[in-house]
Amino acid sequence: MAEVKIRALEKNYAGVPAVRGVDLDIADGEFTVLVGPSGCGKSTLLRSIAGLEDINSGTIEIGGEVVNEMRPRDRDVAMVFQDYALYPHMTVEGNISLSLRARNTPKREIEERVRRAAGMLGIGMLLKRYPRQLSGGQRQRVAIGRAIVRNPRVFLFDEPLSNLDAQLRDEMRGELKRLHREISTTMIYVTHDQIEAMTLADRIVLMREGRIEQQGSPLELFEQPATLFVAGFLGSPKMTFLKGRLERHGDTAFVILGAAGSDVAVQLPLPTGRLSTAANDRAEVILGIRPEHASRATGERPASGSVRVNAVIDFIQPTGSRSYATFDLGGQAMLAELQAHDVSQPGETIAIDINLNRASLFDPMSGKAI
Amino acid sequence: MATTTRRSRSARRSPGFDALRIAFMALFLLFVLLPLYWMVITSIKPTSDYLVVPPVWFPAQPTIVHYTAALFSYRGLQALVNSLIIASASTVLSTIFGTMMAYSLARFNTGGQHLAFWVLSQRFLPPVAVILPIFLLFRSWHLYDTHVGLILAYTFMTLPLTVWMMYAYFRQLPKSLEEAALVDGLSRWQSLWMIAVPLAAPGIVAAAVFAFIAVWTEFFFALILTSRYAFTLPTVFRAFLGFQGAQYGEACALATTSLVPSIILGMLVQRHLVRGLTLGAIRG
Repeated sequence: MAEVKIRALEKNYAGVPAVRGVDLDIADGEFTVLVGPSGCGKSTLLRSIAGLEDINSGTIEIGGEVVNEMRPRDRDVAMVFQDYALYPHMTVEGNISLSLRARNTPKREIEERVRRAAGMLGIGMLLKRYPRQLSGGQRQRVAIGRAIVRNPRVFLFDEPLSNLDAQLRDEMRGELKRLHREISTTMIYVTHDQIEAMTLADRIVLMREGRIEQQGSPLELFEQPATLFVAGFLGSPKMTFLKGRLERHGDTAFVILGAAGSDVAVQLPLPTGRLSTAANDRAEVILGIRPEHASRATGERPASGSVRVNAVIDFIQPTGSRSYATFDLGGQAMLAELQAHDVSQPGETIAIDINLNRASLFDPMSGKAI
Repeated sequence: MATTTRRSRSARRSPGFDALRIAFMALFLLFVLLPLYWMVITSIKPTSDYLVVPPVWFPAQPTIVHYTAALFSYRGLQALVNSLIIASASTVLSTIFGTMMAYSLARFNTGGQHLAFWVLSQRFLPPVAVILPIFLLFRSWHLYDTHVGLILAYTFMTLPLTVWMMYAYFRQLPKSLEEAALVDGLSRWQSLWMIAVPLAAPGIVAAAVFAFIAVWTEFFFALILTSRYAFTLPTVFRAFLGFQGAQYGEACALATTSLVPSIILGMLVQRHLVRGLTLGAIRG
């Protein structure tokens, strides 16, 4: 097990920057997920840690040791690839044991370790088969087994579940979580899937255009996004962004949606203490509200910090256990989450409570949270 | 629905089209097989049956006298042995070095984006353009009319072929396999020989077969660079054409004999050859 420290890492491909000055500390035993859209530099960062990419500048430390000049084989890391990268001409046993054979491990020890790794992953009966005879899920387990058998300091996962169907992906996510609990090794996991990031990570590192946009626990990023990008990336369905204008009256503040005096203008009171002093009166703002924070009204009055609006439903998107209703708020489309049995019809007017305690405010120019 | 589609598809094909297709295939087979048949038959015909009209399709009294003459009187056996040694050695060398060069080009982009094509472009060079300087060099290096000299010449001649075939093959092999091997603890050298080469085996076999055939049938270099000792099979055929006429029987006997190694090679590597020629078009 080992901590990983990255300082000012830069990596370019033919002058095009892929990773720009990234600083990152990963604690010993932590499950860190690097997430972001395609091309954000997450895989490049992972491959740089593995030693498969030469970096342009910066340092990478694993277990207190600077590994910049070390070959991949000397860094004591194990990697699971997106396409499994199983050796087609070797059996499952051959695949798992190759790393041990390359290090001249005694035969008996190889057998013991292979058996143990295969047992952990439930692939003991597949040892004599070839990769072409395995299903996608089985291949993925073999790829993980190949990594486990080495007892590395750090596990690296490069989108390992992206080639699996949705059901298998759910299953394997659980397996990975269980595995981390069992062996407690430092794991760095790359994905573009925010659901995977939220469910697996101790800590999420959200990247964009080669830089770290925000890092923290899943709940931290979800509830306190630092930027519009973070707010929009995490959460499904994504957060609704409403353009408005901030008005301050002493200690109280409102977000005005829609043109002043127009039929569709809506005035939303912000909870006391919600704003930082940085927010100016009459400033243009973006109000971010997650669908789960806008629900059908219950009780005579809205809860403290919430506001009640009469919403005319435009259309409904049922997903099984819940439905998402789109309605107009201040001339902009807003999404509310309803219970499945609570479904309204398009054109119907219902009362919606919006919990502004959980809303986010952003500066439209910088994209940063206010 | 599918049955209806199949029925209507075959109903649309006319008997005339089928007949044309069969006729074309028959003509093609005739074009390929008839000369081979005639060559084998002529090698066992008595001299008097060579040019009679109507032609003799199978001799009443087959004879092997042309074989003994071709192999021993015209030194065909020595030529056969020379060809086997030279073709085998140059094929092995060309395949080994070609594979390593191709790996370097494919994985490390050695020499930039143009080197790979430059290597292939050496095949475009007409032999007559280079034979004189090679001849002079061989004379001064005492390589003229030696097995080693011709092996060297053929190795360099077939390298562009093996490099280009293996370059295409390595490029389509997933890099992640070797990367996994590097992370697993293998050196780059081990990654090449334990991972890349076994996976590229069909391509290597195909490249080797093409290189062998190229050398086996090569005439011009052998004609200029050999004389009394290292002469190969193609050069011996000159001896069958003389002022007194052509020795058809001996020529056909030697030609038939020269087919045998190619046929054996083809049978041995047939399975790998098909896979190698498709160069991994379908990913497993």
